[in-house]
Amino acid sequence: MTNSSGNRPWTFYALAAFFAAYVLFLYGPMLCIFILSFQGQGGALVFPMRGFGLYWFIDLFTQVRTGDVIGAIERSLPLAFIVMALTVAISVASGMAFRQRFRGSGILFYGAVASLVAPGLVLGIGIGLMFQLLGVPEHWWSSAVGAQLTWTLPFGLLIMFAVFGRFNRAYEEAARDLGASPAQVVRLVVIPIILPGIIAVALFGFTLSYDEFARTLQTSGPTNTLPLEIWSMTTNVTSPALYALGTVTTAFSFLVIGISLGAIAVIQRRRFGRALPAKRP
Amino acid sequence: MAGRGRIDLVGLFKRFPDGTVAVDGVNLAVEDGSYCCLLGPSGCGKTTILRMIAGHETPTDGEIVIGGENVVGQPPSRRGTAMMFQSYALFPHLTVRDNIAFSLRARGVGKAERYREADRVIEQVQLAALASRLPAQLSGGQQQRVALARAIVTKPRVLLLDEPLSALDEFLRLQMRSELRQMQRQLGITFIHVTHTQLEAVAVADQVVVMDRGRIEQSSSARGIYAEPKSAYVARFMGGQNVLSGAVAEAPGAVLRLGGPRGQHFLLAARERRPARGQTVYFSVRRDRVRLARWARDGAPPDNAVTGSVKAVEYQGTYVKVTLALAMAETAVNGADEFVVYVEEGGYFGDPLGVGDGVVASWEADEARLLAGGPAAGAPH
Repeated sequence: MTNSSGNRPWTFYALAAFFAAYVLFLYGPMLCIFILSFQGQGGALVFPMRGFGLYWFIDLFTQVRTGDVIGAIERSLPLAFIVMALTVAISVASGMAFRQRFRGSGILFYGAVASLVAPGLVLGIGIGLMFQLLGVPEHWWSSAVGAQLTWTLPFGLLIMFAVFGRFNRAYEEAARDLGASPAQVVRLVVIPIILPGIIAVALFGFTLSYDEFARTLQTSGPTNTLPLEIWSMTTNVTSPALYALGTVTTAFSFLVIGISLGAIAVIQRRRFGRALPAKRP
Repeated sequence: MAGRGRIDLVGLFKRFPDGTVAVDGVNLAVEDGSYCCLLGPSGCGKTTILRMIAGHETPTDGEIVIGGENVVGQPPSRRGTAMMFQSYALFPHLTVRDNIAFSLRARGVGKAERYREADRVIEQVQLAALASRLPAQLSGGQQQRVALARAIVTKPRVLLLDEPLSALDEFLRLQMRSELRQMQRQLGITFIHVTHTQLEAVAVADQVVVMDRGRIEQSSSARGIYAEPKSAYVARFMGGQNVLSGAVAEAPGAVLRLGGPRGQHFLLAARERRPARGQTVYFSVRRDRVRLARWARDGAPPDNAVTGSVKAVEYQGTYVKVTLALAMAETAVNGADEFVVYVEEGGYFGDPLGVGDGVVASWEADEARLLAGGPAAGAPH
């Protein structure tokens, strides 16, 4: 491993080229959409660029004929927040419960995680069917919430398992030893210590819900969520407004991820990052 | 009535759900205001006892009496105990001051008052300059002081310390060890300190309790444990002793005469025991109470002596540790076929021995101590 940059083996270049291709494949299409969304009024769906401006962004939020974008956002955001809150609450509670083996814990765990491998489309159809069978009207805030939880909960659970796997139970014992009630142990010690993990679960809950498609398709009821709206637009909208929508939602996702990771980093730095100042001059 | 910090363990027994018996019928009395060390190899049950006293583990059977009251079933905070955890378990998200004020916060004491109280204890452990730091920004010794402060702010009658020095480096360990002892004198409360380090125990404790496999082997003063081990296990675990055995040849009253394997005899006081003729008994001889002399002859060594050749010589500063390979390996049960002598430094260099030299190691009859029981397996050197 002491090779200088001058005589690297050929495999280095092969793997580097492979990685470059991968990155291009990953971000290239996104970049194309991003660029094409900033066209002028005469813009089309393909290169070359025709003019430059924010025309299609304005069009996106003003023209009704492009689809009910604003309405879809107004449904998708609260839906994502509901799913996020439920995912956090259930994952943290189960993470704490699963630290002990209890009767049926194995079956319960595999049952919860199995929905990761179940085909989402089929799962969504099943949930939709069940609601119809029971005569309960489907809505984004009822059946779609349930359908999306089958997707977000396994992730939340697995993250919390990892978090609690590293959690030193001596913290809880110390808190009890110092007279904390069970509720105080959770509120004053457990939650603050696992906060970075909770933020991670919230992030997953939010983003997985925000762009969920397969499970939501048959369960969102009479109105569309944002991904469903985008999908229906691809079939009848032929203007760069579609690209503008892609740019807006992608930017929003990155913003959410950035805020979450930033918060985790700040907490970690506060807690562990600062080196011992007393030790160094 | 007994003092508030007196502890009596009565028939204490703990079996874990997986079936292992961690504590196997322990009876122990610890005086109010004394410093007691539970000492033993890992897995001997010492930490389990500590955790049962603290209330973090429930005994399967037996009583834990603190200050005359059986506390089994009571929550940790009602027992008047406080525990210092092995790696301190300082809350990583709270500053030093908030860590120390935690018990007051849990009790609902207002912010101003709990900080005033915390600052008083912070002063006591000399952490004033670090009060607003987080645990990750402290050195090991500072963390230990915070853990101590956090425990004593609850004004416990008993402080329980689980391997309090194991996370520190050698230098700091010696320093914090004496700080702990000082703090115990200052507070006047009972300390129960769990450790697997012999020197740590004898250095700080009024009472040393040597444990093995869930039972108490011996409980006595530090000097009593070191100088007068009751069993071969204690002698070997505490170190500084050679353990030998011999068959009882005759027992004329208070003196036992053991037949050594090479024709020599070992004489020792029988004390209150009266082993039968022919029975093999074990005895210990302190390493620093043995004389070494050159020995070139074959044949039986003199009484109260063993012969062998020098296997290793280690200079230790104030003394020289000479390890002998015994000529009669079967007598020695001290871990291996070795016999160790601590020779005073000045005397050794008057006529230094080399590896391979034949020597005789002899002792006065009253330096040999009869031990209970046989050789315990698996103890460390």
